[in-house]
Order: sequence, then C-alpha cells, then structure tokens
Amino acid sequence: MTVIDDRLNAIRGAAPRKPHNARTLAALAANPGCRRRTLMDAAGVNKALIADRLGYGMTVGQMSSIALARGKSFEAQVKAEGGNDLLRLLRLHLDLPTAQAHYHDLNPADDDDRISARLRRSQRALEEAARASDPVGTMFDHPILQLTMNGVRVHIEPDLIAFKFGDRFHIVEIKSFPIVDGVADSGKVAAAAQQAAVYVLAMREMLQTAGLSPELVSHEVILVCPRDFSNQPVAELVDVRKPLASLRRHLTRMESIDTLLPILPPSLTFDLVLDATGQPTRSPDDLAASVAQVSARYSPDCLQSCELAGVCRAEANGTVPVLGRVVREELGGIDSIAEAIALATGGRVPDDSQREAARLLRTAYQMRQQALEAMR
Amino acid sequence: MTVMSSLARVLAAGSKTPQRVTLYRHLHVSEQPIVMVPIILAGETNAPLAVMVGSDPGQPEVIVTRQPRERAERLRFAERLAGHLLFPIASMAATTQRVDTRRPELSVRATQAPQVWVPNPAGVDYVRLLGRMTRFRSSEGPWAVAPSVRQLGIWLTWLAEQAEFADSCVLVPATRALSAVWATGQSDVEDGNLAAVMAWLAPPPGMAIIDAARRAEDPAVCPPAGPATDPTFDRLFLQPTLRDLASAATELARRQVLHRLTGMLVEQMRPTWDLVWQAIDLLGAEPPAARVARRWERQRDRFTAFHHYVSDGGYPQAKRDNAVRGAQRLAEMEQRLASFDAERAYDDPLVLADYRLAGEAFAGEVVASDPHRRVRGAQRSVTRPLVTVTTTDPVRLDVGQQVHDPSRNGQRALITSLDEATDGWIVELELQDKMGRGRAPEPGSVPAVGDEVVYTALADTFVRRGRAWPARENIPWTHGGPPPEPVPVPEDAVEDWS
Ligand code: SF4
Repeated sequence: MTVIDDRLNAIRGAAPRKPHNARTLAALAANPGCRRRTLMDAAGVNKALIADRLGYGMTVGQMSSIALARGKSFEAQVKAEGGNDLLRLLRLHLDLPTAQAHYHDLNPADDDDRISARLRRSQRALEEAARASDPVGTMFDHPILQLTMNGVRVHIEPDLIAFKFGDRFHIVEIKSFPIVDGVADSGKVAAAAQQAAVYVLAMREMLQTAGLSPELVSHEVILVCPRDFSNQPVAELVDVRKPLASLRRHLTRMESIDTLLPILPPSLTFDLVLDATGQPTRSPDDLAASVAQVSARYSPDCLQSCELAGVCRAEANGTVPVLGRVVREELGGIDSIAEAIALATGGRVPDDSQREAARLLRTAYQMRQQALEAMR
Repeated sequence: MTVMSSLARVLAAGSKTPQRVTLYRHLHVSEQPIVMVPIILAGETNAPLAVMVGSDPGQPEVIVTRQPRERAERLRFAERLAGHLLFPIASMAATTQRVDTRRPELSVRATQAPQVWVPNPAGVDYVRLLGRMTRFRSSEGPWAVAPSVRQLGIWLTWLAEQAEFADSCVLVPATRALSAVWATGQSDVEDGNLAAVMAWLAPPPGMAIIDAARRAEDPAVCPPAGPATDPTFDRLFLQPTLRDLASAATELARRQVLHRLTGMLVEQMRPTWDLVWQAIDLLGAEPPAARVARRWERQRDRFTAFHHYVSDGGYPQAKRDNAVRGAQRLAEMEQRLASFDAERAYDDPLVLADYRLAGEAFAGEVVASDPHRRVRGAQRSVTRPLVTVTTTDPVRLDVGQQVHDPSRNGQRALITSLDEATDGWIVELELQDKMGRGRAPEPGSVPAVGDEVVYTALADTFVRRGRAWPARENIPWTHGGPPPEPVPVPEDAVEDWS
C-alpha cells in the first residue's frame, strides 16, 4: 500500500472499489481534461451512487439484461469446443494459415481466484508464447492485462487473444451486434475498436516490460459478430491504429494522480456514510460541496459516458459547453451564454480574445433580426 | 450546424424559449401521415417486439409479436404490419393526375405519396432492417409467406433508401424534422430524444420548459422513443413476462400473459405515439416554403415510378449496391443535397443568412442602375444592365464570378467589379438573363436605385435524375456497361434467422 493508495481509499470511503474495464477506460480517455472523473475513477468511486445522492441519478451505458444474456450466449457459442468454431472462422475469413491451435483457458479457476494471480498467470502464458518458436497457434481465453493510467494500475480482460496467426498476437473482440450484408453500425464498431485499442496498448506495454517487441501485437484486431439475422458468427479485421493513437495522446495528456492529489484538500472524501441498512446518511449538500472541490469539464458527450453527467450539466448551466461541441467551437473563447448574447446584441464590448467570434455573432444577430422582422 | 443555428441555440438557452432556425418549414407535411412507433427486443438483430401504427392519432393499431425470437412469429408480425402499410400505399398510387412531360413513362403522377413518420433516426434504421429482413422472403418453399410480406419488404426498403436523401419526405424522423425548424436551448445530444425536444416546443400544460426537459429524461415517466427499450423496463417487466410467456402451460394462461405483455408494451409506445402526432401538428401549422410543393411533386414522381416497378413484378432491391449503382446513388445524393440547400436558401432569408455570413451571398442596396445598357454579343447586341450595390456583408466573392438573384427567379449576374468601402463593399454587377424578350428589359426585371437586393453564388438548378444519369441499360461500357440485374437467389428466402 502506497501513500497514494491510502489517499484514494480515503476518497472512496467505505464503499467497495468499482473497478475499471475497457469500456470505462475508453470513456475516460474520451474526456481526458476532466479531473473529477479522473480522480473518482482512479479511486474506484461508484459515481452512479454519488449522482443518485445528489438527486441527479442517471442511467448511463446500462445494458439491457436481455441483451447481456444474448451477448453471453453468443460468446459461449463462439468459443465452444475449445474454440473450434472460432478457429475455422479465423482461417476462413482472415486467411490465417493456422491449421490447429491450442486453447488456453485463463478464466478464473474458482471464485477465490484473485485477479493478481490471474494477471501473473496470463503474463506468464503470453510471454512464453511470445518467446516460443512453436508454430502452432494458441487462443488465450479471457487473459488479464494491466494498464497504467494516470499513475494508477488498472486491470482489464479481453475476450480472447489469438497468437501465431500470421506471427502476431491478435486481440479478438466478440460482440453481439450484427453485421448485416457486410455492414455494421459504425458507432458500435468504433466503440469496439476503442475498447480493443485499450487491450492492444496494455498487451504492448506488457511485452515491452518483459523485454519483448511490442510490435508482436497486431494493430489489426479481430471483430467477431453475428451475421445478418442469424446466430452464425463472422469475423472482420478492424484497424485500430487511429483509436490507438488518440488513446496514447489522451493518456499522456491526462493528469497524473500523484500531481493531482496534493492540490486537493486532505480531508476530501466521497464516502456516502452508509447506515446499517445500506442507506446513505451523508448530507447531499455536504457531498455536493466535496464534489465541487474537484473541477469538471462537462460536454454533452458525458451524457452517454459518465454517471455524473446530470450533476455536471446542472453545475455547467448557463455556459456555452452545455450546448454542445459545435456551438462551443463556433463561439471560441466565449464561455458564458449570457455573455455570448450580450456580445451578439451589442450590449458588451468584446475583449481581445473574443473579437473574432464576437464580430461574427454580432453580424449573425443583425441578419437574424432583419429576417425575423421581415417575416412579421 | 452553422453560426446561425449556434446563435439560435444560445438565444434559446438564454431566453428559455425555443428559437426559429428557419422562417419557413421546408418539409412537406402530408394530410394523411402514417405514424409508426416500433420497439424491438434488446440483444437481437432488429427483432420486432411491437409496433404502433396508423393514420388516426386517437386509434393506433397495435401489433405485438408473440415470440420475438421465433422466425414464424416475426413473419406473422410482418404480415400484419403489411396489412396496415400496403393498403394506403396502393390507394395513394391508384389516384393519379396527368402531367405534361416529355418523358412518356412519367405521364401520370400519383396525387398523393405516403409519408411515414417515425420518432427518430433509429426508427429509420428499423425500417431499413425490417425491409431487409422481409424483402427476400418467398411465397413458396420452406418458410413460405404471404406475398404481402415480400411487398412490405420492398416498400420499407424504398422508404429507407429515400430517407437517405436530404430532400426526401416519405420517411421522416420527427426529431430531425423539428430540429430543422427550431433550436432548443439544449445540445443536439438531448435533441436526439423526442420527448426532450417536445419539452421545449410544447411542454405539458403548466410545466416550465426546464422541468419538462428533465422529466423527459426519466424513462419511468417518458419511456424512450424506441426502437430500443429502457433497460430497467426490460429487467423489471419485459424479461419476467417473456419468461412467463414461454412457460405458460395452457392456451388460456398464454393468452393472459400475452394480454399483460400487450398492455405494458402499449404503455411504452403510447407517449411517443402522442408526441409524434403533436410534432406533426406543430410542423403542419408552420408556413411552408415556396419550393416545398415542387419538391413534393418530384417525390410523388419517384413514388409513381417505383409503384410501377413494383406492380410490374420488380425484384427486391439487391443486398448491396454494385459499383455503378453505388456511384450513381452517391452522386445523386450529393446533387440532391446541393439543390435542396440552394432551394432552402432561395426560399428563406434565415437560411440565406448563413451564406451571407460565409461571404457566399450578400444583401445590400442598389445605388446605381443602368437598365438599358446594351453590349455587342456574338451576333447582335444584347441588353446587359449594370447594377451597383453597396453592402455591409463580409463578401467573399471574386470579379468574374456568377451570382443569382433569388427574388428574380435566380436571375444571373456577373460581378464586374468589387471595391472595398469604409463599411463593407461596393459591388458592380452585369445582369445576364430573365429580362424578357423585348429590346428594353421588362419592368421589375432590373432592380432600381434604392431597392434592397440579395445575390448569392448558389444556383437553384435541379438536374432531373433521368438526364443526369443513364438508365441501367444505357450505362456506357466505359463505366462497366449495364450491370447485371440483381436476381435474388432461392437461398435468400430461407436464410438462417436463428
Ligand atoms: S460528467 Fe462530469 S465527471 Fe463525468 S466526465 Fe463529464 S464532466 Fe467529468
């Protein structure tokens, strides 16, 4: 236990740790400038409970139980019989030359199987495979990887990693959205690619630490989805170089926890102080005051990726970012809605940084008034 | 989004009232709209669970699948839906008027075309996927279905294809139609939720907009507009009920569960159904732009033509476009978008303002006009009036560039000189056409000193599809020659749907 861990535990309070996964990591990287989220995620705070207590409960990224069940059964079906079906698929769709492959199950052995033990097992297995000259492929089922994010180590668990299919490690993502006539929902593919990029990065980091070449991990990940309206899996290669580059960029831009902690009050905590029945007793006002001590950076994208979105949106009320990225960019340099209106209507003289945006707004406003008056 | 619409959003947020982004409505609103509110089963590929459909706001037809995972049930669902959609389509196609045209195949035009409203863009995807699911079904062989199922598939596919074009209005997502006319004081993310847009435009009586908008985000009071359902609803209500349905031992028990299921699904769809109708009323009450009627005419032409294709036993649309079709469609999409943009700008000063801001159009006052100026043309001398305009707009045009006057039917003018003044520009223009046949220009065809004028680089020219692109059989060999007619293979009819 380090000092940082102690601080983070105190910030979380008595609640159990809410671990990261590739989806939350990808979401975090999508808004790297947000200290509030960086801190809460690093501490493993359950943001949904905080938002609830503050009266802004919001369901975010919640999957339907029905969809989850179907996703699980699809994954099980794809991996059935030691991955036989999958192997056939990889050969068929991806032209991978491997005729046979080992199947290495890295799922938890039992309920007590600690994540650190699984991580060690996975590392050993993957590194051994990377060093071996054996041409036979291996499929690693649910290995554990580790990624360092703003100074905090996070564990993640890809569906599958395939190795020695064309000499590289390939991350395999099994998703239950369909590919219909060769086309899948682009938003869902992008989200899957983002997640896979997290795995690629983690795997490369691991090989590098072990003195192996990170290039052993392919930037082409394998996406396995049901085809058309059936349960039959198809595989497609997805190039994740772009999401990988943006993930890297965001990770380096992200503030490290050890530089963040010293500037926060030492008594800061998001503990909900649960009573014996599990009900929070922390006063919402007090909690809100703590939340307000850590700065946020709200944008409407948060609505789809962060449980605190309702809280941060209310806090950002009256500012331009609430209206979306495009509006924010077009009004570059103007932060308050009231100020933007004052500049547009001529009720305020712009400062130097706002001159360009203000001139445009002023002209736009005059044209708008002209048009509306002509209508009357 | 543009500066004008960003400004409208800012003003809406500041005043807590919606703001117009266009002066007119540029969408045709049918007098007999068909509304469709679909919901699907989570986790499956567009597995229809239920739909509310119809043309009577007070009396939605409700179709519920008895077992969304079963192929036979999905097909039965499609058959029932076909009953509600194909009849209006056929009767609209049956009433035609004669039109003057040099193209013999288009000598008649249906007086009406269908206009199907869905709550949001995801509803358009639903229509496309349901079309894909049903258009290859066959009325023979294993899994034989009623012919109407295949017809439904062909028509749904046509509707969804049309919806990809900016100027089309046969399949309309309500959220987009509303956002095209009004800006709310929230972001486009919130505007994707029909209930949240309507909270701004027509909040429940006695409720403040801000409260209504927050309320719209609570799926327990405002169920999502579909087709995806609320995960909490799935967990607490749907999943247990589907389980009961699967385990019902007697027909009576089954019917009871089904009744319960229908009731809860209706509760999920009805609020959205009402909102879509409310949206149609709001939009219908707006003044239509001048060129709406012309676009609707073209849309009816397309409908008439496609109806002929279908009644002649046309094949279902191919699963994927071949290269030529793909290129054609892309070009047509761009071209129709460009002409839609131009038409809107010509019709609507608020839309034109965006082009003025960008310097591609300008409004000003005529300070000099020489209507009788004549210049020597190739054979004889022609009237070429000179008009000088002062404007304070940020003009970004060049000498020699051609511009148009929207108020004079797109009259062409060449910019002959462009001088910066203390507060804007002085533009000299030479008018080119639309001045009548006589030696002297027709009265009113040349702006006079003191007139307010607008010129834009946008051209309102619509190239008819038939002229712009060769028909399938006339595609020249340089472009691959006529592509093979896509013929559905028998296996398509029995493809795996597990
Ligand atoms: S909702 Fe708030 S805490 Fe979450 S990412 Fe956005 S700004 Fe940060």
